[in-house]
Amino acid sequence: MSDEFKIEIVNPEKSFLSKEDVNEVVVPAFEGEMGILKDHISIISFLKPGIITIQAKSGEEKYYVEDGIIEFKNNTLSILTSYILNLKDIEKNKLLELLKNAEEESNKPEISDQLKYLADQKVETLKSIN
Amino acid sequence: MASLDDLKKRITSVKSTQKITKAMKMVAAAKLKRAQDSAEKGRPYSEKMNNIILNLSSGISDKEAAPKLLSGSGKEQVHLCVVLTSDRGLCGGFNANIIKKAKSYFAKLNKEGKELKIITVGSKGNDQLKRVYGNKIIENISFKNSKNANYFDAEKVGKIVIEKFEKEEFDICTIFYNQFKNVITQIPQAQQIIPLNTKSDDQNNSEDNYEFEPDEDEILSNLLPKNISTQIFKAMLENSASEQGARMSAMDNATRNAGEMVDKLTIEYNRSRQAAITKELIEIISGAESL
Repeated sequence: MSDEFKIEIVNPEKSFLSKEDVNEVVVPAFEGEMGILKDHISIISFLKPGIITIQAKSGEEKYYVEDGIIEFKNNTLSILTSYILNLKDIEKNKLLELLKNAEEESNKPEISDQLKYLADQKVETLKSIN
Repeated sequence: MASLDDLKKRITSVKSTQKITKAMKMVAAAKLKRAQDSAEKGRPYSEKMNNIILNLSSGISDKEAAPKLLSGSGKEQVHLCVVLTSDRGLCGGFNANIIKKAKSYFAKLNKEGKELKIITVGSKGNDQLKRVYGNKIIENISFKNSKNANYFDAEKVGKIVIEKFEKEEFDICTIFYNQFKNVITQIPQAQQIIPLNTKSDDQNNSEDNYEFEPDEDEILSNLLPKNISTQIFKAMLENSASEQGARMSAMDNATRNAGEMVDKLTIEYNRSRQAAITKELIEIISGAESL
């Protein structure tokens, strides 16, 4: 029996990625990292800034996301995100720019706790990529 | 009758106008292809988003406690209308159609004694609306500098709308845009985005049992603002495809009209040239005869 399921990542501009041979996906869900395997119960959750790791037959891939919603149903995982980057394609300059923006945001005095938390997550993730 | 010289000048000027319209048509055709592509590619996102929200909202048991973006503020007094138009002209009836649709809606609201607030996106709509509804326009947004419709622009508009809703500046929000059907047909649309219309076409997946993490309310209150940006983005994509389509057919017409005009002017030019020659000949002959 195969343990593979389907993943679809879409952003507002286009369908970003679609794969049928995925074994495991680890997503940075809002309340902690979450691993999804085949026949997971139907779930809706949303993401915080972090890394999506996709273990597929064709190899492992990592993506950086800033936000998103995931829906798992009938062995199809849909990820809706407004900002996603493949870690392989990410350039050093871009990374530093993102990091700078995130740090600035996190240091703003008047932001709410939730925003601050998200910005901190962003900083942490981006640093870990570096 | 105009002199030969005048006719010649007119022919050249019409010809150069034709060249311009032809070039614009080509450009619009190329851009249309791209806009259509991105409109198509953008569809899965908004569809999925809609599906998830439908699933969520059907799962909410306590309608009273639902987020306000979903259930509305309970009143229907103040209407906010977001009118999406283009920044450039020369695209046939594209802007006029949206404005017409919006104006008839405004008139209806007026009759019912509702309060009206307008946000215009795109400078053409602002130009046309400010004459009559100038005092109702509370914001004018223009994305002249961005080449294509992009999500960040839509998010900006979305944020403004949500901010105003949270300040209770309006109760119901409707967006106006042109839906792209094909190159010659664009249908002006009025879509209500706040409160969200959750009456679906009886989808049968309501018995799906989802697990939510965190709970439904929190997901919904996070999702709904995103959905508004998404809907606006979708409208922007449809609009940009429609704009290029409308421009293409308008420019096609203009090119054809210019061609007809050149033909007509050429005939007139040839005729008057012939008339001049004949006149000269008659003069010569009658001059010779009289000798």
